[in-house]
Formats: sequence, C-alpha cells, structure tokens
Amino acid sequence: MATLIIAEHNNLSLSPDTKKAINAAMALSSSVSVLVAGDNCRNVADEASKVAGVEQVLLANNTVYEYQLAENLSALIAEVARQYTHILAPATTFGKNLMPRVAALLDVGQLSDVIQIKSEDTVIRPIYAGNALAEVRSNDPIKVITIRSAAFDLAEIQPEQSAPVSELDIVIANDMTKFVSRQAVESERPELAAARVVVSGGRGLGNSDSFALVEKLADKLGGAIGASRAAVDAGFVSNDLQVGQTGKIVAPELYIAVGISGAIQHLAGMKDSKVIVAINNDPDAPIFQIADYGLVGDLFELLPELIESL
Amino acid sequence: MKVLVAIKRVIDPYVKVRVKNDGSGVETNNVKMAMNPFCEIAVEEAVRLKEAVRLKEAVRLKEAGTVEEVVVVSVGETSCQEQLRTALALGADRAIHIEAETGLEPLTVAKVFQSVMEKEQPGLVLMGKQSIDSDNNQVAQMLSALTGRPQGTFASNVTIDSDTVTVTREVDGGLETLQLMLPAIISTDLRLNEPRYASLPNIMKAKKKPMEQLTLADFGIDASRHQEVLNVVPPPERQGGVRVASVSELVDKLKNEAKVI
Repeated sequence: MATLIIAEHNNLSLSPDTKKAINAAMALSSSVSVLVAGDNCRNVADEASKVAGVEQVLLANNTVYEYQLAENLSALIAEVARQYTHILAPATTFGKNLMPRVAALLDVGQLSDVIQIKSEDTVIRPIYAGNALAEVRSNDPIKVITIRSAAFDLAEIQPEQSAPVSELDIVIANDMTKFVSRQAVESERPELAAARVVVSGGRGLGNSDSFALVEKLADKLGGAIGASRAAVDAGFVSNDLQVGQTGKIVAPELYIAVGISGAIQHLAGMKDSKVIVAINNDPDAPIFQIADYGLVGDLFELLPELIESL
Repeated sequence: MKVLVAIKRVIDPYVKVRVKNDGSGVETNNVKMAMNPFCEIAVEEAVRLKEAVRLKEAVRLKEAGTVEEVVVVSVGETSCQEQLRTALALGADRAIHIEAETGLEPLTVAKVFQSVMEKEQPGLVLMGKQSIDSDNNQVAQMLSALTGRPQGTFASNVTIDSDTVTVTREVDGGLETLQLMLPAIISTDLRLNEPRYASLPNIMKAKKKPMEQLTLADFGIDASRHQEVLNVVPPPERQGGVRVASVSELVDKLKNEAKVI
C-alpha cells in the first residue's frame, strides 16, 4: 500500500488543497509520497517534505511542466504510477482537469470528489449535486481519486521534519498544447468556492442595481458574492457567480441568502454551509426550512440596516 | 470541418431526486428527464460555430477550420433519442444513438466516443464538463487521453483558427487561455453561452433529420465494470432553525450563538 499525491502549486508554494489531500491519504496508508512537477519549483518540494505524514517527495523540475498542463503531466504521472496503489489529487480545477486523463492512461476508473475514505478500496462521494451519497468500491489495481477539499482538514506542517526529495529525470514534451495566458480574477473579494462567508442574491433583488446591497454586505463581512440561477437568468449578475447544481457548490462557514426562495437547484449548491441565514419577504419560502436563522421582511429595509449594524 | 457533440440524458435538474429505500440508487421511474444542462451548452456552441461560418461564407469561400456539420451522439437506452431529437431541433445536422444500459462508467463511455471519433473523424469534439447525475467530470479528459489529443476543459470561450482552437478555461482563481492543435476535445462550462430554445418549426424539422442507431457490440467495447456502487443514501437532513424578529437579533445570534461574524 503506497499512495502518491499529485501536488497542486504555482511553482512557489503548495496549495492548501494539496495539504488536505495529504491528510485524506492518511486514512489509506502510512507510506505517502508527493509528486511535485513544475518549473523552478524546488521550494514547493521542500515545503511538501515538511508536511506531516509525507515520506518522500518526487520532484520533476523542468520547463515542460511550467504550466502543469494535463497532456504531458498525465503521461509523467502514468509512468510513475505503477509503483503505487493509490493516486490522489485535490478535486480543484487542477485535479479535475488532470486526473481522469491519468486514470484513462492506466485503464482504470476514477473516484471523483470523494468526501470520505472508508477503506483502501471504498469511498463515499456525493452524486446528484449532493442530494445523494454513494458508497463506491473500486476493483482497479490502482485507485485514482480526487478529494473534495471542504470535507478534509489541512495536514500539519512539521518544521523539523524533512522527507527526502528525489529528482525525476522524465521529460515529456507537450507539442499539442500551447499555454497562452493566465488571468487572475481582479477582485478584492475572496473566491466564491473558497470563501469563509458568502452572501447570495436572488430574484427578490429586482434588478442589477440592487445587487450593490449584496456586494456591500459581502464587503462588510469580508465575504464573496453569489447568486441564484433566477438572478443570473434575469441578468442581474454574470453566471460565474451562480450557486447551485449547475453552478458552483460552496460550503462556507456563513451563507446569507437574500431574496432567494430556495429552489432545489439552488439548495444543492449551498446546503452544506455551516450556518445559513435567509432574508426573504415570503414566510413560506422553502429556504426557511433549512436556514438556521430566518428573517422575514423587506430586504430593501433589512439589508441597509444589517450593513449599518455590522 | 465536422464537430461532434456528446450529450447525456439525465434527471431534470429541477426535480428533487428520491433515493430508493433499498439503497440501490435514485428513483428514475416516472421522473422527468432532460438533456444535461452542460450538454445543452455544448450543442449551442457547436451550432454557433457553424452559424458563424455561414455568415463568413457570404464574403469568402470556405476555408480550413470552418464548421460544416454538427453531429450529436449519445450512449444510453432508447429513450435518450428524445434528447438527440432536441439537439437536432437546436440545430445539429444528424444524430448517432448507441444503445446501451444506463449508467455506463465514464471510462467505458470515453471508449465508445473514441470509436465514434475513429469512424467520424471530427475536427473538434464538444461535451459538457460534467453530468449533473453522477457528477464525475471525467469523460472529456478520458477521451483526450485515449485518443492522445489535447483537451480544453471547463471552456468559457472557444475560437477556431485554421488548424488550432483557442480555449479560455475557467480555473480556480481566474481564467487560463490555451491553444490546442486540432482535433481537440473541449468540455463546456456554464459561462460559455446561453442555450437557445428550440422553435416549433425546428422541432418539426428535427423529426426528419437522420438518426443512426448502433449498439455497443458494433464497436466491440468491453463494458465490464471497474467500480461497484455498494449503497446510496440520502445526505444527512438539515434541520430548520429559528426565526428572528429583527436585524439586531440576527446580528446578536450570529455573533454570540453561531460565532461566525
């Protein structure tokens, strides 16, 4: 039993999601290796060597891996993979993009977005946007798994520990994909999927101008803004803010739903939030059935008051 | 150039799913079905690429890299022909239905599409980034691996040039733009476009468009399972909480009871 974690990083530091995947791997085996592939990423390998539970770090340091593109990274991992029983990565866009390609190269299935590891071959994963939980057993010789970050804690850093770092000299070029550019979202607000607080607006806001109220409240709380599909369809905000089954799935500590009725489609995207607050003028809105704190009334009166009192 | 679009029949996203008592899965009998929303976006994108070409043709001749035909394909029970007809009504030119049991694993589906690609030789393959039933987000990536072709997953913008396609991808924290050699496989994110509705005349016309019917056996695909679903249960139910009477009470509860602000 040996596990390989594929590190997500920006050539400078290890992503927190990777540390969560490492923690998840502790349920599988005591022998955990981390593969760091990138360019000028020695620091990342050193950081990984200090994460609790890591026994060995494999470093593939070459310009061909600079942007961690799936086409050649998957081939590199597939070459290394034969020595392992489990290959794990975080279920971020990085892991989701890469790992199914690895699985197919190994001719095995993949277990996506796993929220619990029950045994070496059995996991729990949500299906139907979290409206059902499936217990799935893999019969493959190598289990390829992506880990839902929200379901695991960070592995600790042990400054005195230093697992050996061995360099891999496998260089696989990528002739078919050319990296053009990367554009970070220019927002003072935290990213929706990773935010501690999310304030979401729905159809009840009436128009896009009123969304400024949602933004103000989010800024007061240092949170991200979200929206229901109804608000997106009505053109209040762009659809990358949509929370729900066909949008983003979030699980912040505090989720404030403003003018959102609580259709199943929306609930699927936020019902794992720790604390849910609903502000709505309809006392019968379904959102109140799952809200920890419900406030019935006109949001145009309540929101400014709430913003003022924070 | 030919564009191949893969679509899936799923439970309508607005239906509240019910987990079966025996833990074998989710009730699908007498439940409203629909085209997977991400697949609708893929169909829309293919049709738009073709329409863009038609506009260009008014001023110049066809050139390499233009889209002439949109072929939709689906793997599943006979009933998924309904969703293929929908895609035809939205503007696809012809359909391929591959008869198979529902719920094939993503790797098997990817192998079927690999065979379809060998047969059809498309210049571009479009599909949704994930189906909203199994939520795997795997098939496009697996198909790319099997065919050795480049992938552009979670696309929010697609531009075809003569022998490449430029894809802007939705990644955590922003956007990433890649240029891929054709043929390439692209999976669609929500922001890519807003799918149209099929008009009644187009629904009528779609009934006359060709639909080829094949089976898994035609491709000699081994559909043996890699994974077994042992049990399906509903998620822990969330209890509704309290109603507060005022903003000040809400702030007080959040500060002192929930301790989240």
